[in-house]
Amino acid sequence: MSEPIKGFPLPSSLKVVPGTEAAQAAFPYYTQFQPGDDERFWFYNSMHFPEPMHHFDMITAEAAYVALGAFNTRVHVLPTAKGIDHRIINGRVYIGGVAVTDSDEIQERVGEFQQRAFYYYEHWEELYDAWKVKMKALIADAQALPTPSLPKYEPLETTHTGKGVAANHALLDIYQKQIEGYHRMWHHHFEFLLLGYGAYMTFFDFCKKAFPEISDQAISRMVAGMEAEIFRPDEEVKRLARRAVELGVDAHFTDGMSIEQVLADLDKVGNAGKEWLGELETSRNPWFNVSSGDGFYHYHRSWNDDLSLPFAALPGYIDKIKAGTNIERPTGQLIEEREQLVADYRELLDTDEDRATYDQLIGLAHRVFPYVEGHKFYCEHWYTNLFFNKIREFGALLRDNGFWAKEEDVFHLTQYELESAIVDLMLSWGIGSPPRGPDHWPAIVAQRKAAIAEWGKHGTPPALGQVPDAIDDPAIVMLWGITRESLDAWLSVDEDAPSNELKGFAACQGVVEGPARVVRSVEEISRLKQGDILVCQVTNPTWAPIFQKIVAAVSDIGGSMSHMAIVAREYGLPAVVGTGSATQRIKDGQRIRVDGGRGIVTILEDEPVLEDA
Amino acid sequence: MTDNAAVSWFADLRITDRPTVGGKGASLGELTYAGIDVPPGFVVTTAAFELFLKALEERSPVRALIEPLDETDLDAVTAVSKTLRQRVVEEPLPQQVERAILDAHLALTGADMAVPVAVRSSATTEDAEDASFAGLQDTFLWVLDAQDTVARVRECWGSLYSVESITYRRKHGLPEDGVAMAVVVQKMVDARTAGVMFTRSPTTGDKSVITIEGAWGLGSAVVSGEVTPDRWVMGKITGEISVRDISEKHIRQVPAPGGGIVDEELSGDMRTQPSLSDDELQALRTVGRKIERHYGRPQDIEWAIDQEGKLLLLQSRPETVWSAKAAAPVAPVIDDPLKHVMTIFGGRQ
Repeated sequence: MSEPIKGFPLPSSLKVVPGTEAAQAAFPYYTQFQPGDDERFWFYNSMHFPEPMHHFDMITAEAAYVALGAFNTRVHVLPTAKGIDHRIINGRVYIGGVAVTDSDEIQERVGEFQQRAFYYYEHWEELYDAWKVKMKALIADAQALPTPSLPKYEPLETTHTGKGVAANHALLDIYQKQIEGYHRMWHHHFEFLLLGYGAYMTFFDFCKKAFPEISDQAISRMVAGMEAEIFRPDEEVKRLARRAVELGVDAHFTDGMSIEQVLADLDKVGNAGKEWLGELETSRNPWFNVSSGDGFYHYHRSWNDDLSLPFAALPGYIDKIKAGTNIERPTGQLIEEREQLVADYRELLDTDEDRATYDQLIGLAHRVFPYVEGHKFYCEHWYTNLFFNKIREFGALLRDNGFWAKEEDVFHLTQYELESAIVDLMLSWGIGSPPRGPDHWPAIVAQRKAAIAEWGKHGTPPALGQVPDAIDDPAIVMLWGITRESLDAWLSVDEDAPSNELKGFAACQGVVEGPARVVRSVEEISRLKQGDILVCQVTNPTWAPIFQKIVAAVSDIGGSMSHMAIVAREYGLPAVVGTGSATQRIKDGQRIRVDGGRGIVTILEDEPVLEDA
Repeated sequence: MTDNAAVSWFADLRITDRPTVGGKGASLGELTYAGIDVPPGFVVTTAAFELFLKALEERSPVRALIEPLDETDLDAVTAVSKTLRQRVVEEPLPQQVERAILDAHLALTGADMAVPVAVRSSATTEDAEDASFAGLQDTFLWVLDAQDTVARVRECWGSLYSVESITYRRKHGLPEDGVAMAVVVQKMVDARTAGVMFTRSPTTGDKSVITIEGAWGLGSAVVSGEVTPDRWVMGKITGEISVRDISEKHIRQVPAPGGGIVDEELSGDMRTQPSLSDDELQALRTVGRKIERHYGRPQDIEWAIDQEGKLLLLQSRPETVWSAKAAAPVAPVIDDPLKHVMTIFGGRQ
C-alpha cells in the first residue's frame, strides 16, 4: 500500500458562511450535504461553476445531472459508473461519482453497453444528423414561446373563438414549457457526449501508450475538426469587416467606439450603411447566439445581447484587410497539416498491428469529433441564451408588478420559487387583488444578493471526503480531467515553486512577454490593446475574434483539451489555461511571460528588463 | 573509392565502405552524401594501415608476437604492447602513405596553418560496443599542423596494440589478420555550442520525441560528462518543446593556444543561460529527422554549432538500446475495432 496521504476536509466540517444560512437553506433539500456524505468523495466543479451560483442558475447543474445520470446509468449503461451526484454549499457545486464495483454487475452492464453504445458508433453520422434536426426544432419551439404578459382584459377573440383559457394560464404554460425545453436540451446534450469523448479518449490512450512522451496538444491536433460551428461566429465578424470595407463604411469602426452611435450613424449614411446593417442582421441570426462565457450563468450574455465583443474585433480586422493581410481561416492548410500529422505519427509505429489499430481509432475519433466540438453552439450557447432571456422576460413582468426592483433580480429565486411567484401573479390577476410577492421577495432578494457577495469572498476546498484508491469513472476523467494523480497534486502544495510563477495546463506552445490585461468580464474586452496578454477567469472560444489583438492568453479555469485550448492552437496563440488564480495574482499592466509549451506564467514586474539578444 | 587508396574523401564514401574506412568514416561519408552539413575531411584507410603494417613486419614481426600471447599474462601483454606502440609511433611510414596524408591535409586546410583538425580512430568492427571495449576510441582535437596530424594518426593506429585491445582480441580469439584501423581527419569546428541528440527517448524509447543535450564550447565536455548539459525534449513531428532543463554550466572546453583543448571556467550569465535558441533547436530537429529518415531508424547524433551559428553534424550512429528490444503491439488486435473503446469504458482490466 502506498503511504497514507493527507486527506481533504470532510463535508460535515465545511461550514455555511455565517449570515448566509437562509440563502443556503433555500437550495433544494436533495442538494444539501447529509451525514453519510462524509464517507464519499466530492470535488468542487470549478470547471463549470467557478463562481458562487445564483439560486436560479442552479438549474444548469440540476438539469445537466438529471440528463447525464440518465444517459450514463440507464441509456448507454456505462459498465463502471452511474451518474453524477451533486451538493451545494455556499453557492458552490460539489459533485461525486457513483461507481459500479460489483464485478457481476459490471459484466452485465458491459453486455448492455456494447449493444447500445456500439450502435451509436456504427450509425454516428445519421444519428447526429437526426440530432441536429431535433435540436433545431427544440430551438424553434423556444423561439416561438411568446413574451409573458397580462392584459387588463382578455382579448375579445378569447370569447369569440371559445378559447376557454385565460391569459394568466399562459404564464404557467410558457414557464413550464421553457423549463421542460431546458431539461430536454440537456438530454440531447448527453445523448452523444460521453460516447464522443470516449472514442476520442480511446485514441488518446492508444497514442499515450505508443508514444509515452507525446503531448496532449499533438493528439488533439490530430483529431481537431475543421468545420465546427464554434468557429463560425468569428468567420462572421471577418465577413462583416470585409463588407464594411467593400461598402466604404469602414471609417465608422474605431477602437473605443460607441456601438449605439455607430449603428445610428450607419442607419443615416444611406444605402451602404443600411446594407451593412442588413449584413449584421444576417450574421446575428443565428451565429451571434454565442455566449461570451460558457453559458452556465445567466450573466454570460450572448453577442446578440451585447455586441461589445464582435465590435471590439472589427477595427483590427478592418485594418488588416486594408493592409492586404489575409485573415481567412486557412481551412485547406489546416486539414493538410492534420493529415500530415496523422501520417507522420503513423510512420513511427513499430508494427503493422499497431498501424491497423491506429487507423481504426483515428477513424473513430474523426467520426465523433464534429459532435464533440459542435454541440456546444446549439446547447450551451444558442439554447441556453434563449432560455435565460425568457426567464429575464418573467423578471421584467414581475418587476413591473412590484415583485422586485430589477429584471435581473429574478435570478435570485430558485426555479421552484419562481414558479410560485408566477402563480402568485396569476392568482392576483385573476382575483383582481394585489399580489403578495412585493411584500415577500424584496427582502429575500437582498439577502441572497448579500450571500453571493459573501460566498465570493471565501475560498472553498477543491475536494471533500474520502480519497478513492482510483478514479474509474470515465465521465469524471473525461469531463473534468480528474485522476488519482491530479488529486495527489492537489494534496501536495508545491512549496518550492517561486512565488512569481503560476502553473497551468500547457494549451498552446510559444514563449511571449508582454503587458497583462486582466479582463474580468466581457464589458472590459474593449480595453485590450494590440500586443497585450489576456488574463481572464474563463476563456471561451467565442472570444476568438479578439485573439488577433493579443499575443498570449492566460486563464484561471480550463483544461488542455478545453475549447479555449483548441482555439488557441488554431490561432497559434501561446496559452496557459487552468492556472487557478491568475486573475487574482497578476495585476493589470504588469509585465508577464507566458510559456505555453510548459504551462508556466511568470510575473516579471520585479525583474530587470532583459536586453534583446 | 579505389580499394587500395591510402586516403579517401568523405564526399566519395558511402556506408558500405565501412570495411575500409571504419564505422565513423563511413557514416560521415553517408551523411555527406545525404546532403547533411558535415565538416569536410578524409579517412586514412585500412589500406594505409596495412601498407604500414607490411613495412613493420618486413623489419620485425608484429602479428607473430601477439598470436601466442596468453591474455591472462598481463606482464607479457604489457611488454608486447609497449614495444609495438613504440614502433607504430616511431618507425618510418611508407612514403606513399605519408605523402597521401600530407597531400590530403594540405587540400583540406588550404595551406592555412591556422586551420585545426580533429583526428579520430574509426574502428572497422560492426559493433560500436566491441570497439569501446577494445579501447579503440581515440580522439585528438584541435590538431594544428600536418606533421602533428600524421603523428596523431599513428597514435590512433597504436591503440590497436594497447593492453586492453590486445587482451580483448586474445580473449575472443580474434585473428590478427583481420585487425585494421581507419582514421578520420576532419576540419575542426570552433563550436560555440555542441552536444548530442537522440532521435528517440533514451528513457521511454518513445520515437515521437527528440532529446537534445548541449553545452557551451566543444562537444567533448558533454560526451565526457565534464559538464552537465542543458537538456531539451521536443516533439519530433510537432517541434513542441516539452522539457527545458537549463543546467548550471561551470566550464566549457575551448581550443588551447598551442593545440589541443583546455577547460575554461564560466562566469556570470553564461552559466545559467540556455546554450541553444529555440530556432537552433528546431534546426537540429529538422536535421535529426532527415538523418533518421535517411537511415530508416533512430539515431544517436553528435553535433556542433560554430561561432557563426552554422549547424554541423559530427557523427551519427544507430540507436541500439531500445531498438534491440522486440517491438510488441501496443494494443491487441481486435476483430471489432469498437471494442477498443472498452479500454476507456470497461474500467481497470
